Amino acid sequence: MNRTVTIEVKQLDRVVIRFAGDSGDGMQLTGDRFTAETASFGNDLSTLPNFPAEIRAPAGTLPGVSSFQLHFADHDILTPGDAPDVLIAMNPAALKANLRDVPRGATLIVDTADFTARNLKRIGYDENPLETGELEAYHVVPLNLTGMTVESVKEFGLSRKDASRAKNMYALGLVSWLFQRPVESTITFLKTKFAGKPDIRDANIAAFRAGYNFGETAEEFSVRYEVKPASMDTGTYRNISGNLALAYGLVAGAQRSGLPLVLGAYPITPASDVLHELSKLKRFNVTTIQAEDEIAGVGAALGASFGGALGVTTSSGPGISLKSETIGLGVMLELPLVICDIQRAGPSTGMPTKTEQADLLQVMFGRNGEAPLPVLAARSPADCFAIAVEAARIAVTYRTPVIVLSDGYLANGSEPWQIPVIEDLPTIDPDFTLEPNATNDKGEPAYLPYLRDPETLARAWAIPGTAGLDHRIGGLEKEDKTGNISYDPANHDLMIRTRQAKVDGIARSIEPLEVDDPDGAAKVLVLGWGSTYGPIGAGVRRVRKVGGKVAQAHLRYLNPFPPNLGDVLGRYEKVLVPEMNLGQLAMLLRAKYLVDVVSYAQVRGMPLGAAELAEVIGNLVEETEGIDDDARHLGEAAAALKHGEALVDSNGHLTTELKTRGTR
Amino acid sequence: MSTVELGMPSLPNGLHGVPAATEPQNRKEYVSDQEVRWCPGCGDYAVLAAFQGFLPELGIKRENVAMVSGIGCSSRFPYYLSTYGMHSIHGRAPAIATGLAVARPDLSVWVVTGDGDALSIGGNHLIHTLRRNVNLKILLFNNRIYGLTKGQYSPTSEPGKVTKSTPMGSVDNPFNPVSLALGAEATFVARTVDSDRKHLTQVLREAAEHRGTAFVEIYQNCPIFNDNAFDAFKNPETRDDAIIPLVHGEPIRFGKDGHLGVVRDGFASLAVREVADLPNGEADLVVHDAHTDDPAYAFALSRLTDGGVLHQAPIGVFRKVDRPAYDDLVRQQITTAQEAQGTGDLQALVTGSDTWTVD
Repeated sequence: MNRTVTIEVKQLDRVVIRFAGDSGDGMQLTGDRFTAETASFGNDLSTLPNFPAEIRAPAGTLPGVSSFQLHFADHDILTPGDAPDVLIAMNPAALKANLRDVPRGATLIVDTADFTARNLKRIGYDENPLETGELEAYHVVPLNLTGMTVESVKEFGLSRKDASRAKNMYALGLVSWLFQRPVESTITFLKTKFAGKPDIRDANIAAFRAGYNFGETAEEFSVRYEVKPASMDTGTYRNISGNLALAYGLVAGAQRSGLPLVLGAYPITPASDVLHELSKLKRFNVTTIQAEDEIAGVGAALGASFGGALGVTTSSGPGISLKSETIGLGVMLELPLVICDIQRAGPSTGMPTKTEQADLLQVMFGRNGEAPLPVLAARSPADCFAIAVEAARIAVTYRTPVIVLSDGYLANGSEPWQIPVIEDLPTIDPDFTLEPNATNDKGEPAYLPYLRDPETLARAWAIPGTAGLDHRIGGLEKEDKTGNISYDPANHDLMIRTRQAKVDGIARSIEPLEVDDPDGAAKVLVLGWGSTYGPIGAGVRRVRKVGGKVAQAHLRYLNPFPPNLGDVLGRYEKVLVPEMNLGQLAMLLRAKYLVDVVSYAQVRGMPLGAAELAEVIGNLVEETEGIDDDARHLGEAAAALKHGEALVDSNGHLTTELKTRGTR
Repeated sequence: MSTVELGMPSLPNGLHGVPAATEPQNRKEYVSDQEVRWCPGCGDYAVLAAFQGFLPELGIKRENVAMVSGIGCSSRFPYYLSTYGMHSIHGRAPAIATGLAVARPDLSVWVVTGDGDALSIGGNHLIHTLRRNVNLKILLFNNRIYGLTKGQYSPTSEPGKVTKSTPMGSVDNPFNPVSLALGAEATFVARTVDSDRKHLTQVLREAAEHRGTAFVEIYQNCPIFNDNAFDAFKNPETRDDAIIPLVHGEPIRFGKDGHLGVVRDGFASLAVREVADLPNGEADLVVHDAHTDDPAYAFALSRLTDGGVLHQAPIGVFRKVDRPAYDDLVRQQITTAQEAQGTGDLQALVTGSDTWTVD
């Protein structure tokens, strides 16, 4: 078949694409493959998988819809994008469930095979939306993807059911053509994945190629798109998800400490992948114990730490609740322990597959007594690596449990990562005590387990097997230095204050908070923590693009705070704190610094959007400038930015188009 | 899903891998400088003394002994031994000790726990440690009462027991700790009595030598809140008829002049009978075989324990069978992975196979 229409190639600076289908349709795999193709092409990218907790909800229903969104660009980007430019919907439910996120003018590629009256009725469509004209604001491309897939794999003699399973690869092929993605890696991937099932392998490859060729030969598409590679710092890159980066970071932290890694964990969404990844790494002297429950997971980790290993436990909010007592024991024993909380929407079971950052106060204070411990938070998927290494450094150096906060968005999302040189990572010295460190009343050499390093206040750590240093530790209050049981009032007060001072003193070993305030003229600071880094950064950029002056800073250390945080807060008239909770960091900041921060709180189980943040930031910038409510435009203008173009005229007034456009 | 052959022989001895002492040791070396704070007359003293006396016999380095306890009177045990020790939190000692045993094959790891600690708040960790067969030794001090919290009924208290929290009598059906351990397919299960130092020491020795989890229930008297709970086993008038002695390879015969014995009784059950009433006399008695692979036999033995007030119970090693220890298997997988793939190049791992370079 020869084309009669010439294909135009249109340059775009960025594209947001979303694959949506039944949870059994392989949308996550499709998204992963498109991501790999895009990464190898050299675009900057950010991904957002979104799936139901049910493994296979009934086919064709709204609860069963699973999606994968990818944002890729020729420049540095920070989020998976608020709204898709292209939606690939594999059935009517996927169309219906995702349409509300898709702005008018976007392209909808729809598999029509399942658009039967019965299927439509099931999800509340009385009529076929592809025929009623209700989608006329979109560029709709209805294709019988399933039918064409079955046709393309006919030669392999599969059942219709098995044949139609390759439809995700057909769709991937088509989209790969549309955006000119390199396809070799996907073909190699399919060959490896289905090496043991030649029929399935060949059918998937055939469907993938057929999809690609359909784009090339059919006349459905008159335009192909090109997104040039992004200019990035020189170096070698790979794409990495937060949970994988976290697993690798934990191994790196253990190796740099010279300690074996022992993970005690119980499966829980969205943390289980860290257990899975570490289970594959036995050759790195990594032991994984799938414990009988969350409590045993952290218990085994703490027991291993007592034995001189780096004990680690990974979980999510409900599991952290169960581990609290053991974490408190770790505070009392003053042993290294890394506790990773991959946060999900709560309370209780909440929404296991949805993201949230509402465990901050739990990990800060959710233990009996005064039980301070360091809390770190990764700000992007790749940052999970660096945060894990840092957690190991603090845990081992200061002999303390350390909390690492990630969340579902970071855990499953991915981004390009400049691969670090392992040899350049800091070395961590466990500094085991090997000889007596004191003399007793009789003048004999003795070991005092709670004798402290004067700088770090870290206690002397001797591990079992060290001759002459045998000692007993436990959850009962310790006497200073000796570690013997003590109920002495003054001693208890001293020990409480010492444990607090030890954690506070970690601030001396961390970098000051960096503020991004390009011309130093901003009156508003936007301060975040954790996975809101990308959306906040994108929101700030938009505001700056339309002329607003705003500063941004992001906390990776939640306890202790960086030493200069008080000064930074004092430099700005207003401090905006966006969070996916009801203002937990805001509460901590108000309590510690007496600064009346402005909290922006959203808890929808989804990452904050760049556009919504741009609007909030823009409004606050103008409010701080003293501009009246009805005269403000910055927020709306920043929110409406698309493809980097400001919809304001040279005087800073809104264009007519913007005023009439319902962008959100 | 598929399975693979683990192919791991069980190691010969519970102390395999623990370094030997270079010089003979004595009891005093194992006594810590801490003042013992149990109530006068507490059965824990006798167990401590026996344990301190027994440890030097093992011939291992003192610094390679690690004691882990939970919460309760008996859980103070580690403070009184000059070994490494951790007094942890309520019920969690088996979990903590599992992590320690996995990380450190060169340690002899002991868990000290009580009936409340092990069977109530820590029941889950106990059964999972037993089923995994981690190479650690569990000493369960069973006094059938909560002592540290001053006298509430425990999960081993007899039904109807009047305590501070059960003024009209406990309505809880108790656990038989030995039955529970056998139900979890523990590989070594024994019972002994605090006051019989010789028997206690013998059981401890066998436990130490067992590769895997050794579970030892110790009947221990609480003179304050549950005095004389085990009187039947201690009183010279009653003890011969109370103690059903389990000696591997011997017919189970006991009582004054051996007038009682254990016989098979119906489907998978055992019963105590007058030997004189048996058609073939001693020939009809069960010959104790602790190595019987099927735990049903040992379970049947455990059911000869009175459920309420104790008048009669088997004492000795119920079960001692070989099964690979969890921690040995875990370490074996690491060794296998390292032999097959080398010790791991972290730089290559983080780099992965799908990279691109920006010049």
